[in-house]
Amino acid sequence: MAHPNKQRSKQAAARLRSAALIGPAAVYLFIWMIVPLAMTVYYSFRRYNLIEPYIKGNAGFSNYANIITDPNFIAGIINTLILVVSCLVLTVMIGLAFAIVYNNDHVVGKNLLRTFAASPFFIMPVVTGLLWKNLMLNPSFGLLAALQRALGISPIAFLSKVPLASVIGIISWQWTPFAMLVLLASLSAIPEDIKEAAYLDGAGAWQTFRYIVLPQLGRSLYAVIMLETIFFLVIFGQIYVATSGGPGNASTNLPYYIYLQAFSSYDIGAASAGAVFAIILANIVAIFLVRMISANIREDS
Amino acid sequence: MAIVQLKDICKQFDGGEANAVDHFDLTTRDGEFVVLVGPSGCGKTTTMRMIAGLEEISKGELWIGDRNVDGIPAKDRDIAMVFQSYALYPHMSVRENMAFSLKLKKRPKAEITKAVNDAAEILGIQNLLDRKPKALSGGQRQRVALGRAIVRQPQVFLMDEPLSNLDAKMRVEMRAEIVKLHRKLGVTTFYVTHDQVEAMTMGQRIVVMRDGYIQQIDAPNALYERPVNMFVAGFIGTPSMNFLKARVDDASQRLIGEGFSIAMEKAHETALANHLGREVWAGVRPEHLDLVTDANAGTTDNQLTGTVEVIEPLGAVTIVQVRVGEHIVTAELDSHTSLAMGDPAALTCDSHKLHLFDAASEKTLLETSDSGKRTTGDAKTTTA
Ligand SMILES: Nc1ncnc2c1ncn2[C@@H]1O[C@H](COP(=O)(O)OP(=O)(O)OP(=O)(O)O)[C@@H](O)[C@H]1O
Ligand SMILES: [Mg+2]
Repeated sequence: MAHPNKQRSKQAAARLRSAALIGPAAVYLFIWMIVPLAMTVYYSFRRYNLIEPYIKGNAGFSNYANIITDPNFIAGIINTLILVVSCLVLTVMIGLAFAIVYNNDHVVGKNLLRTFAASPFFIMPVVTGLLWKNLMLNPSFGLLAALQRALGISPIAFLSKVPLASVIGIISWQWTPFAMLVLLASLSAIPEDIKEAAYLDGAGAWQTFRYIVLPQLGRSLYAVIMLETIFFLVIFGQIYVATSGGPGNASTNLPYYIYLQAFSSYDIGAASAGAVFAIILANIVAIFLVRMISANIREDS
Repeated sequence: MAIVQLKDICKQFDGGEANAVDHFDLTTRDGEFVVLVGPSGCGKTTTMRMIAGLEEISKGELWIGDRNVDGIPAKDRDIAMVFQSYALYPHMSVRENMAFSLKLKKRPKAEITKAVNDAAEILGIQNLLDRKPKALSGGQRQRVALGRAIVRQPQVFLMDEPLSNLDAKMRVEMRAEIVKLHRKLGVTTFYVTHDQVEAMTMGQRIVVMRDGYIQQIDAPNALYERPVNMFVAGFIGTPSMNFLKARVDDASQRLIGEGFSIAMEKAHETALANHLGREVWAGVRPEHLDLVTDANAGTTDNQLTGTVEVIEPLGAVTIVQVRVGEHIVTAELDSHTSLAMGDPAALTCDSHKLHLFDAASEKTLLETSDSGKRTTGDAKTTTA
C-alpha cells in the first residue's frame, strides 16, 4: 500500500468508532451486572446479619460451609433441578402438541382457541399462584376438589401432599403457551409443499413429523429450551404465594432458599453465598446450552 | 410405466361455485408425454394434484395402470411429482433428499446407494450429493427434484411447471434434458406449463385447458394447424393469430371486411355453406402474412390494406402491426422490410392457411382431426 500510515489511522478511527458504539452498553452492563455481582461475592465472605448488624468481619468460607451443610440448601438445589427439567419436558411436549393442533387448518375456531390457550402466559406469576392455590387446588372449595368429589374420590390437598408436583403443574400451565406460540410460529413457516412431497415419497403422518417437521423445528425448540431454562431457574412468585416453599422444604427451590436466608433469617452473608451457588449453577446450564445451540446452528448452515 | 385414464373427472372446491376442473377426460398412451397448458387458474395444478392424490376427486374415476386409484392414498399410487417450488427437504443433503423415499420403503442400503448414484449420474449431479439444497442454484435444485422423482422408478411422473423459476437460457436447456430423460426412462409423464412454447416443444400430446374445461387434446402440429376454436388458435403460436370479422360474400365467393378481401378456397365453400351473407371470424397467423411488393403484386388477389402502426425488428424477422379497418393485424415479415411507421402497407395471405370460426360460438368451421375432438377413445388401443 502506498499510504500505510493513512491505512493505519483509518483502522484506528474504525476501532475508536466501534468502541464508542459499544461503550454505553458496556457501561450499562458493568453498572447493572458486574457491580451487584461483585457485591454479592463480597458479602458472601462477610459476617453480616441484619439482626446483629454490629457483628462484622471477615467470614472466610464459613458462609459457604454453613449452607453446604444445610439440608435445606441441598433440597433447594435438587428441587430446582427437578423443577427445571420437569417443567421443560412438560411445556415443550404439551406446547408442541397444542401447536400441531392449532396449525391444522381443519380445527374449527382455532383462532379463538389459540387465544385462550395463550392466555395463561399473560397472567402475573403471583396471580397465577393465587389462582391455583385458591380457585383450583384448594381441597375444600377448589375446582379440582369439586371434580374429585363428582367422581366420588375424597379430595386431595395437592399443595400439602404433593407440593413440588403442584408447583411444577402451575408453572407448566403458565409456560406451556410460550412454547406453543414459538413452536406454532415456526410450524406454520414450514411450507406445505415439503410436507406434500414427503407424503408422496411415502411418509405417513408420524414419519413426516419425525423426519421433515421436527428437524426444521430444531432452532426454535432450542430457543424455547434456553429461554425457559433461564426463567425456570429463577421461579419465585408462584412458590412464594402457593406453598411458601413448604411443607418443610418440599417445594423450596434455590431462589426461595436465598430469599429465606435473606429475609427470614436476615443472614445476608449466607444468602449471598447461596446466590453465588445459584450463579454458578446458572452458568453451568448456560454454557451447556450455548454449546448445544451453537453446534446445532453450525450444522444448520 | 402405465396408462393413465382420467374418466370424466370433476373437481369442485368447498365454497367454489364453478368446477375448478370440469369433465376432464383423457387416456394416455403407455409412456406418453402429455402436456397440460392453459392460462393461469384454468385448473392445471388441480388436475395434477388429483392424479397425485393430494386433492380429492369430486366426480369421475381415475385409473393408473389397471387400478382404479379412488381411495388409494398418494404414497401407494406409485407416482412421483416434481413441484414448481422444487419442495426439497432443506435440512437434508442432496443424497438424503433423493434417498428419502427408498429409505421409507426400507430398501437395503446398497440398493439405495446405487439408485441414488445412478440417478445422479443421469442428471450430472454426482458432485453435489453432499450439499444442502440451500447451497444449490435454481437449475441444480431442479435437477435434484427430478432426481428425487426418478430414483423411485414410478409408473407416472407429474411435473407442475418445473421450469418456471429458471432463467430463459436454463429453461431451454432443462427442457431438452427433460425430454431426453423421458425418452430414456419411458415413464408416462404429465407436464404442466403455461408457456405454449414449452408445450409445443415437449409434448407428444397437448391438452389445452381454459376455465377448467379441456379445449382440445392433440399433437403439437395438429394443434397449430387445426385448432378447434378461437381460444386454442390464439393461445398456440407466437405472435398470436389475427382474427378478422369478415362477411361471407355470396356473389364473389370472398371474405370481405373493411380494408381486406380474401378469396375463398374450395374447402371453405362447404364450411361456409350455412354462413353465406353472414359474419364469421377469419383467422390468419402472422407468419402466414406477406408484404405485397411490386414483385408479387400480380400473383395474389388476397389483400389486407392499412397503415403501419408498430415496427418491432427482432433480427431474424420483423414484427409489424398494421391497422386494417378496425383490426390491428400483426405480421411477421422479412427483417429487411423498408417499412416505416405511418406508411401505408398491403399484406397478402395464403388462403390455404386461413382459419374460419363461427362468429357466435367461436368454434372452428373447418374440419378437425379425429384426435382433436374432446373424446379420446382412439388412444386407448394404441401403445407407444
Ligand atoms: N384450495 C382451493 N380452494 C378453492 N379454490 C381453489 C383451490 N385451489 C385452486 N382453486 C381454484 O381452482 C382454479 C384452478 O386452480 P389451479 O391452481 O388448478 O390453476 P392453474 O391452472 O394451476 O393456474 P396457474 O397457472 O396459475 O398455476 C382456480 O380458479 C383457483 O382459484
Ligand atoms: Mg398451477
